[in-house]
Amino acid sequence: MTQTWIILGATSSMARAYAREMAEAGATLVLAARDIDEARRMVPDLTARGAAEASAMRFDARDPSTFGPIVDRVEAEPGEINVAVFVGSMPSQAEIDADPGLIERVTLDNFTGPAQFLARVMPVMEARASGTVVGVSSVAGDRGRIGNYVYGAAKAGFSTYLSGLRNRLTRAGGHVVTVKPGFTDTSMTWGVEGMFLVASPEKVARDIARAVKKRRNVIYTPGFWWVIMTIIKLVPERIFKKLSI
Amino acid sequence: MQWKTADYAGWGRVHKAHGELARPERAADLARIMEDTPAPALGMRRSYNDSLLNDGGRAIDMTRMDKILSFDAATGVVEVEAGVQLGELLRLFAPKGWLPAVVPGTGFPTVGGAIAHDIHGKNHHALGSFGQHVTSVTLLQPGGKRVTASPGRNKALFRATMGGIGQTGVILSAKLQMISTPGTGMRVKETRVGDFDEFLDLLDNSRFDYNVGWIDGTAKGSNLGRGILEEAELTTGVEARKGPSLPVPIDLPGFALSAPTVRLFNAAYWRKVPARGRTHVMPIASHVFPLDKLHDWNRLYGKRGFHQFQCVVPVDAAPVLKDIVGRIAHSGLCSPLAVIKRMGPGRAGMLSFPMEGYTLAIDFPARDKAVRLIHELEAMTIEAGGRLYLGKDALATGDTIKAMYPEWQDWAAEAARADPDGVLITDMVRRLELRG
Repeated sequence: MTQTWIILGATSSMARAYAREMAEAGATLVLAARDIDEARRMVPDLTARGAAEASAMRFDARDPSTFGPIVDRVEAEPGEINVAVFVGSMPSQAEIDADPGLIERVTLDNFTGPAQFLARVMPVMEARASGTVVGVSSVAGDRGRIGNYVYGAAKAGFSTYLSGLRNRLTRAGGHVVTVKPGFTDTSMTWGVEGMFLVASPEKVARDIARAVKKRRNVIYTPGFWWVIMTIIKLVPERIFKKLSI
Repeated sequence: MQWKTADYAGWGRVHKAHGELARPERAADLARIMEDTPAPALGMRRSYNDSLLNDGGRAIDMTRMDKILSFDAATGVVEVEAGVQLGELLRLFAPKGWLPAVVPGTGFPTVGGAIAHDIHGKNHHALGSFGQHVTSVTLLQPGGKRVTASPGRNKALFRATMGGIGQTGVILSAKLQMISTPGTGMRVKETRVGDFDEFLDLLDNSRFDYNVGWIDGTAKGSNLGRGILEEAELTTGVEARKGPSLPVPIDLPGFALSAPTVRLFNAAYWRKVPARGRTHVMPIASHVFPLDKLHDWNRLYGKRGFHQFQCVVPVDAAPVLKDIVGRIAHSGLCSPLAVIKRMGPGRAGMLSFPMEGYTLAIDFPARDKAVRLIHELEAMTIEAGGRLYLGKDALATGDTIKAMYPEWQDWAAEAARADPDGVLITDMVRRLELRG
């Protein structure tokens, strides 16, 4: 059966790696991104790597008018429709403290924007009784920490949304994978202080592809982040509130 | 665009730099950098020396600018961003019947780095240098100007860019004419070679498209210059496997590659090939990129790093090359990595390394004694009318290099036109005073 993947935020480091992974599997790719010129540059790269077809479309999590055309476009594709959500933004907590208006934008980019898009594509996926949604959340959403709790709160909201969406899509024969990457070597984290055990986007992309194949529900990537986050979640709040990790 | 403060080094890890690095992933980001804060580019850092360093300044890491921008399956012309690795081109296109015309001994270098050093490979005698298969290159120059050069258009700029060590602009993309291959395999013939004269004789008469000689740099007397000749041609019948590569997890201690160990290793390696020779069929990458199975092999030389000496001398200077090999054998400093090859005349740029003759490349652990030896070998190379390779030399002076590259002033003039403020100058260009 032909497989179509809508890649939201297609020009991000992880999305690029995942799109290449899917291209080598012969999928049809719809590259949805704000930087449409860059998404267009990706098209020949992905066809050279084996994509059945690739096309670029404008997508802006903050502009719902960009959502409809993408949904219409994939409705015309036969076979299985899949969505991978790589959009997001991570201003530093200091920038957010200086401009609280950013809270709304961070929420829009990481949670409510992609959620609105998914709400529109859901009926198509349900009608086909197949397909997978990959939602890239973050370990930062597992517990609020002083360093990035607005970003963390948006990702926590997105994780909870994905959990509910899984509940819904499972009934129709589809599936949702929640991905919680640890520190990944992307353009978003380039030059950010205090990173350790950094994974490459290619490693994360391979882990996601495997999780989709095995219909996993929630994955940490690399896997050892499950251990780290389990410990962090176990620290009692009366101690946690005094830590700066 | 974010800048990250980092310590970085060339492959030999002798020269090091501390400075700010950007790593753009989108064409628009790269264009913005070249407009606002232009800096020299670097790739996979496989040059051995300081050619990619800008100590105390800025540099642009191009490894994420790695897309294929077009591919014509009928002609084998591929247009790529500068950060694409040569091994990746081989992996993607060999199953479609095409491969990069020229690859070096490792698949990790980027197209940008291959152009900047006008690299050569095991087929240099047949197909020439990398730049001779570049049909056009698009540069982003300081200030954001975009210029395209080819052998027919902006000719001087093109010749200053091939082998031009990054001084004419940052490479945005390049078009490469690949060569066709009947399959993804290589038939490799190995022959045991008894001494130096026999080696040159066999290299001169080899009829294969790819050839290279491994030389036992520790053998003396009647065994001087003994080694193994590997001759290869493209063939069908083997699937490329994506085997795991083994990492070198630590910096080895200094004695790991001491003289007795190397002598023992080399003798055993030489005997590995039976006296009557042998032939194998293997995936292309296994033959052309032999060292890639060992990731980060530069750590074998320990923290102090190593030098690779590479020279080329004209055919009639073969006796001087024999003296060079003799001098190395008597020094007791040689490592197992020593390679000899016959080169053709092919070169694409003003600062390109190749000349018709023989090239010799040998690694030495970075010790004072080795540095003194390399200076002696430099003097012998000058005497032979040969030259040193800018992708490897880490010790020569400007006068030595300028004497070996008669077109350097034409090159410097083109570099000055492309980069009048000298913002693309690297540590090597400073060391050799190549921009005046």
